[in-house]
Amino acid sequence: MVEIKGLKIYYKTLRGDAKALDDVTFTINDREILGIAGESGCGKSTLGNSLILLKPPMKYVSGEVRLNGERLPIDNTVEMRKYRYKKISLIPQYAMDALNPTRKIGGIIKDLVGQHRVKYEEIEGRLHERLRMVKLSKDILNMYPFELSGGMKQRLVLVISTLLNPDLLIADEVTSALDVSSQKAVSLMFKEFRDEKIVNSIVFITHDIAVLYQIADRIAIMYAGKVVEIGPTEEIMKNPLHPYTKALIKSLPNAGIRHTHQKLEGIPGHPPNLINPPEGCRFKDRCPFASDECLNEPPLVEVEPGRYVACWKVKGR
Amino acid sequence: MKEFMYFAFKNTKFKIGLSILLFFLILATIGPYLSHYKDPLEYVSMSNLPPNKDNWLGTTTFGQDVFTQFVYGLRSTFFIGLFGGGLATIIGLLIGFIAGYKGGWIDEILMMLTNILIVIPTLALLIIIAAYLPYRGIGIQSVIIGLTAWPWTARAVRAQTLSLKSREFVNLAKITALPPLKIVLEEIAPNMMSYVVMVFILQFAGAILAAVGLDFIGLGPTRGISLGLMLQYSVLWNAIQLGIWWWFIPPGLAITMIVSSLYFLNIGLDEIFNPRLREE
Amino acid sequence: MLRYLIKKLYIYILTFFFAVTIDWLIPRFMPGDPILVLVSRFSGLPESAKVMYGYLIKAFGLDLPLWKQYLNFWMAIFKGDLGISIYLYPKPVLSVIAQAIPYTLVVLLPSILLSWIVGNYIGAAAARHRSLDSSMLPVFYIITSIPYMWLGILLAWAFGVLLGIFPIAGAYSFSMRPNWSWQFVADFLKHWILPFLSLFIVQIGGWAIGMRNLIIYELEANYSRYLEALGASEGLIRRYAFKNAILPQITGLALQLGTIVAGSIATEVVFAYPGMGYILLQGILNQDYFLVQGVFLFIIIGVLLANFLVDILYMIVDPRIRLGLGGENV
Repeated sequence: MVEIKGLKIYYKTLRGDAKALDDVTFTINDREILGIAGESGCGKSTLGNSLILLKPPMKYVSGEVRLNGERLPIDNTVEMRKYRYKKISLIPQYAMDALNPTRKIGGIIKDLVGQHRVKYEEIEGRLHERLRMVKLSKDILNMYPFELSGGMKQRLVLVISTLLNPDLLIADEVTSALDVSSQKAVSLMFKEFRDEKIVNSIVFITHDIAVLYQIADRIAIMYAGKVVEIGPTEEIMKNPLHPYTKALIKSLPNAGIRHTHQKLEGIPGHPPNLINPPEGCRFKDRCPFASDECLNEPPLVEVEPGRYVACWKVKGR
Repeated sequence: MKEFMYFAFKNTKFKIGLSILLFFLILATIGPYLSHYKDPLEYVSMSNLPPNKDNWLGTTTFGQDVFTQFVYGLRSTFFIGLFGGGLATIIGLLIGFIAGYKGGWIDEILMMLTNILIVIPTLALLIIIAAYLPYRGIGIQSVIIGLTAWPWTARAVRAQTLSLKSREFVNLAKITALPPLKIVLEEIAPNMMSYVVMVFILQFAGAILAAVGLDFIGLGPTRGISLGLMLQYSVLWNAIQLGIWWWFIPPGLAITMIVSSLYFLNIGLDEIFNPRLREE
Repeated sequence: MLRYLIKKLYIYILTFFFAVTIDWLIPRFMPGDPILVLVSRFSGLPESAKVMYGYLIKAFGLDLPLWKQYLNFWMAIFKGDLGISIYLYPKPVLSVIAQAIPYTLVVLLPSILLSWIVGNYIGAAAARHRSLDSSMLPVFYIITSIPYMWLGILLAWAFGVLLGIFPIAGAYSFSMRPNWSWQFVADFLKHWILPFLSLFIVQIGGWAIGMRNLIIYELEANYSRYLEALGASEGLIRRYAFKNAILPQITGLALQLGTIVAGSIATEVVFAYPGMGYILLQGILNQDYFLVQGVFLFIIIGVLLANFLVDILYMIVDPRIRLGLGGENV
């Protein structure tokens, strides 16, 4: 289980600090795939990065992250090395070129596990088995990354990232570059890796909320550095409560058609500037229901069991 | 623009580069009026005089005033940098731009030409052209340098154009059926402005160095004076052996300082234009 | 892999063709009739002028139609006939050049290789330490801005004249004949060291800047970020970055050759070192056009050969080219 409490991460810029993550609190349960959705620039990638590789221009401000009760030293790049890969791992947005093009794949894996004092021979059997799971031949270990297709690289990175059975896997926009059928295949692989207990929990970050429908157990919606709604996937999709979630889901095209633009056409206006975010609710300038009470910041409250929303207009039932 | 000025005057490399460059530019402009002598080639004094109050940088073996030669030579150097480097920049921009924007067989042919000229050492080409010109002025020298120095610029500009072409705003313009020239002028060109300035600075430096090389092996201007010619004459007339350091130190030092100030200006500008590099 | 090589070869053959054509074209179409200029040098000696004129007309084949002149030019090149040197009359240009080439190579090759190795090493060190970087980078830029001949002049003045340690003219003492005795080799090295140093030092700056920028670029590449996210040590990330950064530096070697050759010409002139650059200067000062043309041709051939060698080397070290993928940076 991963507990995130009051996490504040800022981005240092020349004009001042951008409050990319502003007081974010939620938990990721065991054996769960938690989807995180929102427009680009809402802080979802910052969230993913801050859990594994927090480095300048990102700046830790306050808050804590606990993994199975143990506090993670996320603000200490050196201390964090012990946890990376073994406990927390990442499938980055750039999976297509995440591997050094001029070293053989087997060599890269050997170097990487060697960094965590794991002998290649010890995990070789496991590696072959995992490659079989994602339908890759073990011959690729003798090949260079540039010899694989994009989809193959994606699956290979899934295998490499999970090779040491991490507790938490962060998947950042892994399906963005794929077509719909590959998206589905990749999503199923994530589920399989979770079901086979290769990874304990997965955070699945995407701007494409439709993908989460196939894969996530719960969904957290982020807006302008804050979590505005969390709940089980089914309920969020069927009955969104926060006005932003509503707009997000309403803007979804019919099944099968994918978003090509990250900007949501259905919601007028732009996300606010995070260097000087507006007082109170950050969505109020774009919200059709905004009123005076929105000048105060709405807390994230449980309105139904397991359902959290940060909006004054949504009252507990 | 205001933002540019703000970062420009916070950037040390930019400031140092610009100050050195301006210093030499001013010296080249007013130097000839400061000098006691009008003609840099005239024999005005005793030969091989070390720097003194009449001849600030001493005299040559022929009794010419080194300071007068130096300031006129600076003028030639800036002239060649401006025109030779400018011409190379314009040709490189046009060829690279057309190749990248048009694509297809035009691209193939232009890039073939570019690749051929990249392999041929520029100096060899300059030598063969310059050697057959009975009379050479710095104008002609600038033209031959400009005509031979453009290939790498063309290649870089082509790559830039290709990457800009695939960006979203250009696609949008295409979808809305803007005429190609309009896309080029309104969408691509402004995005390349900073790049063009930097290319020009590098070509400016390259043209100066190329001219010095030509002058030194006897292919410099047949009339007038330049920093490279000063170096050539000093070596030909044994200034090294005779220890007439005031003859060969100033021109070489000036070239080194001007070229490095241009490089500093360039990296400074790079940091100003690319916020990613601005960290310090 | 073969496709890459063939494509390169194709460019080189075209380049050679282009160069030879220029070599043929320029004396014929330049303003000011070079032949007249040539002959006018003998105006004091009407007999020689007549002989020269006859020879030149025949050599250039100016009485023939242009296409035939062009064809003959090619034939002569393949027969190794580059004409007769006027300055060293009646020595054939080919043998003048053949005598000069070893001197050029013996300075050029060690300076290129050593500066490449040392420059890459220093550049990588600068990329590793930020404090070192901020003080070293300006120095690299200043070094690379020095005109080759000026550094040569300074070295000759400082070590040859002021300190009087090294000779500053020729490849060996006048009193000696080339042989393999220790005495001669020592004398040769003494003459060699300053020209070598001036080429070596100026080149270091460029390589160091290149290596530093490439490593920094590689360290920002996605694969470096992924390694870091998975807890790899800085050592491993740097090792990967270095290996990848060295590849473009090999290509850079080919691209820089032209400039370096130009530098070596100027350096030879400073030290009166009897290589290609020195005879080129003599050719230019004495309006020995055949010699100039011949030197031009040999510089092109040398650069093309070196480029080809670099290509083969690159193919061996970069798996992307070796396995026939990529190669778009041809």
